[in-house]
Amino acid sequence: METLLFLILFPALVAGAILVAKQKQLRFALVTVAAIIIGAASVWLLASYGLAGTVYFPFPSEPTSQIMVAIEIGLAAYIAYLGFRFRNYLAITLIAVQTVLIAAFELLYAENVHTANNFFIDQFSIIMALIIGIIGSLIAVYALRYMEEYHTAHPEVRNRQRTFFFIIFVFLAAMFGLVFSNNLQWIFFFWEITTISSFLLIGYAETDEATRNAFLALVMNLLGGIAFAAALIYLAATDPAGRILELDQLLASGEAIALLPAVLIGFAGITKAALMPFSTWLLGAMVAPTPVSALLHSSTMVKAGVYILVRFAPVYAGTLAGMSIGLVGAVTFLVASAIAVSQSNAKSVLAYSTVANLGLIAACAGVGTPMLEWAAILLIIFHAISKSLLFLSVGTVEHRIHSRDIEDMEGLIVRMPKVAVMMFIGIAGMFLAPFGMLISKWAAIEGFVQAPYGLVFVAILAYGGAVTVFFWAKWMGKLVAVTRYRTRVEDSFRKERWAPLYTLTGLVVATVLLFPVISSYLIEPYVTAIYGTTARLSQANIAIMMLMLALLLILPVSFLLFRRSAKRLPPYMSGRTTTADMQFVGSMGIAKEMTTRNYYLTEYFGEKRLLLPGSVICAGLILVSWLLAGVAA
Amino acid sequence: MNGILGALLFIILAPFLGGLIAGADRILTARMQGRVGPPLLQPFYDVGKLFEKENVVVTTAQNFYILAYLAFIIVSGALFFAGGDLLLIIFAFTLAHVFLVLGAYAVHSPYSHIGAERELIQIMAYEPMIILSAVGLYLVSGSFYVGDIIASTVPAILYLPGVFLGFLTILTIKLRKSPFDISTSHHAHQEIVKGITTEFSGATLGQVEIAHWYENVFLLGFVYLFFAFNPILGVVAVIVTYVAEIFIDNTTARLRWQAALQSGWGVAAILGLFNLAVVVYIIGGV
Repeated sequence: METLLFLILFPALVAGAILVAKQKQLRFALVTVAAIIIGAASVWLLASYGLAGTVYFPFPSEPTSQIMVAIEIGLAAYIAYLGFRFRNYLAITLIAVQTVLIAAFELLYAENVHTANNFFIDQFSIIMALIIGIIGSLIAVYALRYMEEYHTAHPEVRNRQRTFFFIIFVFLAAMFGLVFSNNLQWIFFFWEITTISSFLLIGYAETDEATRNAFLALVMNLLGGIAFAAALIYLAATDPAGRILELDQLLASGEAIALLPAVLIGFAGITKAALMPFSTWLLGAMVAPTPVSALLHSSTMVKAGVYILVRFAPVYAGTLAGMSIGLVGAVTFLVASAIAVSQSNAKSVLAYSTVANLGLIAACAGVGTPMLEWAAILLIIFHAISKSLLFLSVGTVEHRIHSRDIEDMEGLIVRMPKVAVMMFIGIAGMFLAPFGMLISKWAAIEGFVQAPYGLVFVAILAYGGAVTVFFWAKWMGKLVAVTRYRTRVEDSFRKERWAPLYTLTGLVVATVLLFPVISSYLIEPYVTAIYGTTARLSQANIAIMMLMLALLLILPVSFLLFRRSAKRLPPYMSGRTTTADMQFVGSMGIAKEMTTRNYYLTEYFGEKRLLLPGSVICAGLILVSWLLAGVAA
Repeated sequence: MNGILGALLFIILAPFLGGLIAGADRILTARMQGRVGPPLLQPFYDVGKLFEKENVVVTTAQNFYILAYLAFIIVSGALFFAGGDLLLIIFAFTLAHVFLVLGAYAVHSPYSHIGAERELIQIMAYEPMIILSAVGLYLVSGSFYVGDIIASTVPAILYLPGVFLGFLTILTIKLRKSPFDISTSHHAHQEIVKGITTEFSGATLGQVEIAHWYENVFLLGFVYLFFAFNPILGVVAVIVTYVAEIFIDNTTARLRWQAALQSGWGVAAILGLFNLAVVVYIIGGV
């Protein structure tokens, strides 16, 4: 209990301290120490509750609920003020609707609602807390040095670093609150805090583009927030005593009562997880400084969206409404993976890949069989680690080569070998055997094959997986190209910069080794507690994957064998006279340099061609899920 | 125990079998073209000679990637003949090819770069169908394990004719046969020289060739799975399949990558998926 409260309150306190800490050194010290403490506390949480199963904490809802409502109203007023200032009337309308819903809830129902077990913890919460506490803190530490350089490179941006780190720590606090709350009202409160935090972080640069994209994210997430608030009112109307507002009671209350609120809250999850048609807000969020992207994509925000979907998976299981939500995810997975092929901006590839993987998690949650639940949680873990590593390494590269275009990353292995290797491992973690994401995709295929109507999901996975191989492998190829006569530009970054990168790289490899343990001590007990049965990969297959990993780790030793004795020749250039740095005289007598460029297959996979159809299909499926849930209710 | 024996037999015997198949392939191809053709053992002489050559590289990293390619092709084939999980085998197989592609990228040469891009397009083209084939075999035998699929008495081919035809289409891609030999080819290859293997020479090229032998034996083993209920029929089917592939190789012209992608994805959707839907929803499983 104390650890839970500590994890929620401590980051909030640190946030406050950062706001008043004027000196740079003080901020550095605060953030670093706080990050270490938060990481340690989340590990301590694992140690104290890891084997305890589900534990509920009777925590009085008064006066906390009232304080939360007051904060919500205050924030709504702040949003309305920003909406007027930037003339975004849609945002004002939505925040007004939401505030009316909250007020209605308070006036009509709050008096009678008496929730007892407001906090809880189970294995899934612990996993989420570890992701938030470790990866989130690492990103915060990385951001320290990054933001210093960011402001040197962008003198036009107002230096509001104190606000920046304030929001980051509030964000972490809200995420902890979200995964520990059993009271849906409280989940909603933390949910709204994450929406507003990301809105403020995306708009950090205060350019027109940043402001526009921040409002886009806000508007889309407010739509989800309204659905969430509507679900609260529906639940309070169904059960005036309000016991059903407790997550575990709701999940246990059966399909007839739980499906409609589950679909409404699931819609909130869809908006937050940036599934189509809401993927544009996450793409727009790229304008924010890279650590913000890393945070939004890996340990916070979108993970809150899929967290709630996976929580409600038992309700979705076996229903047609759940199937529609699953299809929203599956279509998103396919279309976003395909669009990623056509992107050459590294952050944009990462963003579409995030959207795709969140889609896959949603697909698993929507169909909701034990095996798929297992796969979904694994996906959340592995995705968080690999994606944060990739964003941070792209950010590091960007500061050195002043580009985030994959074409400009050609020969990174020569120019920035350390970062290139880490980026390589991060990418491998996203799609290659025996690394994490592939294990989860594999489990997902097996899960869908056994699920009713699973064939369409299997087909989507088969195509989407093939596309995934294409866009990741060509990026890897660019990294490993051994270009000639390029100098190494990887000077010694400060320690704060490297530590998060090394840690995350280590985690990518370590989770492959540790995942059988994670699975049997955390995921399987959780799945068993819900379904009474669980799933896993067979021991023999795990052993084979360990052998494959060992082989992958040993093979680089062969570099030593090849190092000597080989005669080097330039590449084949059709016999044309070529200088050592690949210059040759073209047919018009003009000197040219040999360059290579990846295929982006825009005519097949372009954003213009795929985004609209994908969004329309997904929007249709969301409507279908509402209809089906409405009919069932 | 059987599994380990199968894997060991594959590791030791597959290069010989693969080399012999390549030799027979060359003789048959020559006969179809009205030539006499080389001796049966010619592929062994060729590869043997490659290992005698001077070690010439563009960058030493290329040797590492090709070694990894060979290693993981052997791993996937060995897992297959050990009776392992088809999906894991397919993933190991993809991993192997990614290493081949990375080797071609590493040398930073125009021809191998285009070859690498095309190889990736090929991977993208065949992957859906190969996964659906595994799913099809799962649906009729109830297991992803090669050992269980072979032990199954259900005549898979009768339930999965569409899937099998789809698999044959992508087999053409995988065997590097015309019309889909777009990334590199056994025949003289004009427009992108030797494509993905342009910059590999000597022992490294020899390893690529040996990997291809291993790969072919594994792929023909996959064909056998569709007929595993009757071993004699299975062997006959494998031979007929390979001869048919040689025939197609000699009677078609190389197509563009667009055609490879459309064919691979098209057969997966039209033949593969339709067939699976019939099995699941109309026949109601096996």
